[in-house]
Amino acid sequence: MVRLRGVVALLGRFPALAGVDLEIDAREIVLVQGPNGAGKSTLLRVCAGLLRVESGTAEVLGHDLSVDRAAVRRSVGLLGHDTALYDDLTVLENLQFWAAASRVAPESVLPALDRLGVASRLHAVAVSRLSAGQRRRVALAGVVVRRPTLWLLDEPHAGLDQRGRDLVDQLVVDAARAGATVVMASHELDRTVDLATRHVTVAGGTITADRQVRAAEPGDHDAS
Amino acid sequence: MLRDVRLVALKDLRIEWRSRVTLSQIVPFAALVLVLFGFALDANRPVLETATSGLFWITVMFVATMAVQRSTAVEINDGARRALLLAGIEPIAVFLGKTVAIAAQLLVVQVLLVAGVIVLYGASVGQWVLLLATCVVATVGIAAAGSLLGALVAGVRARETVLPILLLPILAPVLIGATRAFDDALGSVAVDGWAWLGLLAGFGAINLVLGALAYGVLLEET
Repeated sequence: MVRLRGVVALLGRFPALAGVDLEIDAREIVLVQGPNGAGKSTLLRVCAGLLRVESGTAEVLGHDLSVDRAAVRRSVGLLGHDTALYDDLTVLENLQFWAAASRVAPESVLPALDRLGVASRLHAVAVSRLSAGQRRRVALAGVVVRRPTLWLLDEPHAGLDQRGRDLVDQLVVDAARAGATVVMASHELDRTVDLATRHVTVAGGTITADRQVRAAEPGDHDAS
Repeated sequence: MLRDVRLVALKDLRIEWRSRVTLSQIVPFAALVLVLFGFALDANRPVLETATSGLFWITVMFVATMAVQRSTAVEINDGARRALLLAGIEPIAVFLGKTVAIAAQLLVVQVLLVAGVIVLYGASVGQWVLLLATCVVATVGIAAAGSLLGALVAGVRARETVLPILLLPILAPVLIGATRAFDDALGSVAVDGWAWLGLLAGFGAINLVLGALAYGVLLEET
């Protein structure tokens, strides 16, 4: 699913990743932890095909990132610090736009909003009028709409209330059970430690610890 | 690709319609500039009539700068630019979509400005076809150059001030060509407006090709 070997990535001239080796398989839920500026978000952006790999080899979802980043981008769902929502459009218009742009059926928008607990009364409300937590939920619904094979979540619990956090946890587990892989960067270790099947620690742009804590999520067909 | 061009253009136009920035800020700004030019030159009516074409297009340049700023800002403010890459839309479709949206706004403003110069400056249009063709062709060049430079300065910290510094000199050929073509359309100066329109068409084509080639590189994160 993800194979990184000696990956170096720059932010400007600064090496935000300085030789990362990482292999992640399907259905794993990987918690990436580390101090501020360690390179967690950069790692997610590299996996999403957004940031160029300066040296080393990187393969994501079977695509070589030095050759075909566009193919990777189409298959991942990234929740970054930004929510990528247009303030002046309504919740529904935003998600319908991103669904159309991603060539996803518009029918998938309402179930995704429902899944994230976004009340129907908010669908016709301009995003600028939402709270930070509501925006975050809508952004997560945008990831759900894409049905990605690789979920890249940067601080997915940030700004959410207890109910929202529980929904995110369930979303992550369900995605892994459905065969997807989830990589999430988080400082909220009390929530994510138990959720993850593997803990990766990043510091100074390199991986300093990598520990499997439990088996990957069983697939839906395994459970039945 | 046309589907994505339409998608991006309609999205930008819907944002403008909802925010009312064009109607509530850009149009009044354009009208204000026109009125102030009129105040400055009204004492010498013949000069005002001779300068009408140039004043019209200088106003359009100012308006274009505002429209491009706005078009760039909506993609940057909450990371939508990155999401466009992830969505898999071809960069050329984003470029053309944003160009169409900017051009549409500029054309709306120009309709009002034409009415403004007729009413305020006493201009009379001798060749409506040339005037309309000039508006459309010049606008394509302005919008294409604006879209391209908007993407170029998107990552710059002081992009609000950098954009006009880069955009206005690049639009100088449009200012010259469109002013001459308008001179002919308004009958204020004896020139061959259609020849100047050809120059504008060439400028527009160059900007469209440059945008199509370079926009993808500019959209990428570094």
